[in-house]
Amino acid sequence: MSLDVDVRLDRESFSLQVAMAAAPGEVVAVLGPNGAGKSTLLGILSGLLRPDAGHVRVGDHTVTDVGAGVFVPAHRRGVGLLAQQALLFPHLTAEANVAFGPRAQGVPRREAEARARALLADVLPDVSGLPGRKPAQLSGGQQQRVALARAIAPEPDLLLLDEPLAALDVDAAPAMRSLLRRVIRDGKQTAVLVTHSALDALVLADRVVVLGRGRVVEQGPTREVLGRPRSAFTARIAGLDLVPGVHEAGALRASDGTVIAGRDGVSGEPIGAGDPAVAVFPPSAVAVFADEPHGSPRNVLPVRLASIEPRGDVVRLRAAPREGGPEWLDGLAADVTPAAVADLAAEPGSPLWFAVKATEVEIHPAG
Amino acid sequence: MKRLVAAGVAGLAVVLAAACSSPSQAPSTGGPSAAPEARTLTVFAAASLTESFNALEKQFETDNPGVDVRLSYGGSSDLAQQIVNGAPADVFAAASDSTMKTVTDANLTAAAPTTFATNVLQIATAPGNPKAIAAFADLAKPDVKTVVCAPQVPCGAATTKVEQSTGVELKPVSEENDVKSVLSKVSTGNADAGLVYVTDVNAAKGQVQGVSFPESSAAKTDYPIAVVKNAPQADLAQKWVELVTGETGQKTLEAQGFGAA
Amino acid sequence: MTAAATTRARAPRKPDRHEQSVGLPWFVWIPAGLAFLLIALPVVGLLWKADWARMPELLLGDAALDALRLSLETAAISTLLCILLGGPLAVVLARGRLPGLRTLRSVVLLPLVLPPVVGGLALLFLLGRTGLVGRGLDLAFGITVPFTTAAVVLAQTFVALPFLVVSLEGALRTAGRRYEAVAATLGASPALTFRRVTIPLVLPGLASGAVLAFARCMGEFGATIAFAGSLQGTTRTLPLLVYLERETDAEGAVALSLLLVVVAIIVIVVGRPRGSEGLT
Repeated sequence: MSLDVDVRLDRESFSLQVAMAAAPGEVVAVLGPNGAGKSTLLGILSGLLRPDAGHVRVGDHTVTDVGAGVFVPAHRRGVGLLAQQALLFPHLTAEANVAFGPRAQGVPRREAEARARALLADVLPDVSGLPGRKPAQLSGGQQQRVALARAIAPEPDLLLLDEPLAALDVDAAPAMRSLLRRVIRDGKQTAVLVTHSALDALVLADRVVVLGRGRVVEQGPTREVLGRPRSAFTARIAGLDLVPGVHEAGALRASDGTVIAGRDGVSGEPIGAGDPAVAVFPPSAVAVFADEPHGSPRNVLPVRLASIEPRGDVVRLRAAPREGGPEWLDGLAADVTPAAVADLAAEPGSPLWFAVKATEVEIHPAG
Repeated sequence: MKRLVAAGVAGLAVVLAAACSSPSQAPSTGGPSAAPEARTLTVFAAASLTESFNALEKQFETDNPGVDVRLSYGGSSDLAQQIVNGAPADVFAAASDSTMKTVTDANLTAAAPTTFATNVLQIATAPGNPKAIAAFADLAKPDVKTVVCAPQVPCGAATTKVEQSTGVELKPVSEENDVKSVLSKVSTGNADAGLVYVTDVNAAKGQVQGVSFPESSAAKTDYPIAVVKNAPQADLAQKWVELVTGETGQKTLEAQGFGAA
Repeated sequence: MTAAATTRARAPRKPDRHEQSVGLPWFVWIPAGLAFLLIALPVVGLLWKADWARMPELLLGDAALDALRLSLETAAISTLLCILLGGPLAVVLARGRLPGLRTLRSVVLLPLVLPPVVGGLALLFLLGRTGLVGRGLDLAFGITVPFTTAAVVLAQTFVALPFLVVSLEGALRTAGRRYEAVAATLGASPALTFRRVTIPLVLPGLASGAVLAFARCMGEFGATIAFAGSLQGTTRTLPLLVYLERETDAEGAVALSLLLVVVAIIVIVVGRPRGSEGLT
């Protein structure tokens, strides 16, 4: 089933205005930071929130049309939901949880149970006695798999995935991610995936919609949007460093005149001198120094340390501009080893130098 | 842990002791120079004596300057229990011999109790006596909702005695714990009639109407009074007993409907 | 918190002797100990005062057996009424979107803070023979409520209702609407969701509320004696009998009190496993 959404919802301190679409069998990721309106959008799609204007169509079924006064309640939409938490009904067995949807649709008990067992065998093949287990007897990752089986059991026209991996620990997330890819993407299940993880979007989604403060900032095919972000915002979400400016041969000139050398033409699109452009580089390519480095040809940026965030094996250092420095430095990230952080002896507020080789910097056309 | 429990018990004891320290032990406020020493006489009296003893309190305080009479009214058996459990009473005036016996059995009276008044039952009906109750036997009519005292309390014991002597068996809708509860069931119109003491009907001041019946004499209730053993104010206690049993006391009691001893 | 964590937290945890707790300061232990003693020592006092040799005779008398039977029967009926009436009321309070819901809740809590005897008088002035409604009942149908077992049930239901409503409302709020939202996205109608999801989820809260209500009914005294009176076999429940017995027979009263303590302990033990935590 296709999805066609164009809605507006106003709250006192927040407004959401989104138009997006998904082709049948397509998975669209909605990316954005907390407070961007992702959950509100899901609420509108699932029928738990009523927008102030606009419409939602699933296939040729109009489930919300404010102008025409149409509002189909959640239970008659055919829109399934897999949330961050599994939310398995704690009083029902795994099988009864999965059979719940089909039973609610009037599927005969035996048939619903058979379908539930088949789905459970698919999502969790190697857990013995799974159908009879209560949710409390399952691990968090197992619960989430059962929840996925439950969500697809009623064969929804549209499946909503609300940060389905966010609550899982690092061991369980990759397996669940590939299960989702198999069941949702390969299974041609039309779905909207809300996430703040670029990786989830890259693995699971055909297309990406980037939300910021209730507005669509950018949208397009996943690899394109995340690989060549047009806005600093998308780049941050994608986990990339991005500097806006104008194009110069083999470099980018930022708003304050700083020139950042890089490789252009990587996207295949021609850029003229003076055209708006962005310089993009991964945080792992950034070297960090306590004193200004000299010698090798590098882009060297004077910054102030804003925060230190542990990220698995590396530590992400966030930059802020120094006193009077350019605004675009704010939020630039550098991934370094914990040992390097110890050598720097830096604390938030310390002056640092971020250095990145020209070969690591890509210049993309922007806007 | 043992130490904690011990500390806990001690602490609890301190708290309780502080909370319960008797006001009657409070020192006089007048100071040593006040001519007649300020003293407090504590009288435990049956609730039915409220009106009479309130009147006598004024008399007593006039006769004995500097003395404050503290009257504690309640159900006789409650008061008896309190005295047995160490309540600081000087005088106990009960509404039945059996409740006084609780105290004498515990050997807690200074001398043998004296009977100072008697009381008899009377039928209390709603004002106007809508069910036209005229005799004790009317209380047993099926359309009359009668409330009595439970046999465990003095007024109920008296009721049982009247039933036995008349051969009329009552079918009460409720057996209350005290006369005031009986009265309130009648005065609120939820019961048609109740059996209470004649003095209670008088004290109810028109909220109920009294109907006397001759068989009530079969169950005369004696009111005994006694000075409590080791009373803090033994001499004043004796004076109070003399006041109650004397002419003034008897007249006051009679005015409330009590019979002579 | 994940659903898994919630469920796990409910399972009883075995104390691990290796576990080194953060510890509590001494000044918490002393008042805590005092509080415990304040509750436990009076019961010890009852045990100490009890005349164990006469116990069977005291507990097996007609009056005691009648009172026990009446207490159990009326408390059971009242608890059932609390569930049938208070359950839906709790749902409305927790889920309803009505103006004045806060006021409604305050009124529902009234019997918790009101002295029971005041509740009994209030019932008397409403349903008594000369009361607001009672007068009509008497004139139209010849029904008088006071002095009947029904009055006992009414008095008990009046005082116990808030216990059930509060504990069930708490359970409903704790369970939240997320499971119900999930059920809706699975295609379950509101009625089916209520039946298959909401009710099973709050069952522990309902059970603990019912246990509390039952215990409150068993202990009810003030409202009963004011509204229903006291007559063996009809309206004289155990607490009323205790109060009456102590007029003449302190040992009898102690024996009956111990009987009530035993019933209370059984109720707490039976209802506790999930019950006491569900009380929010």
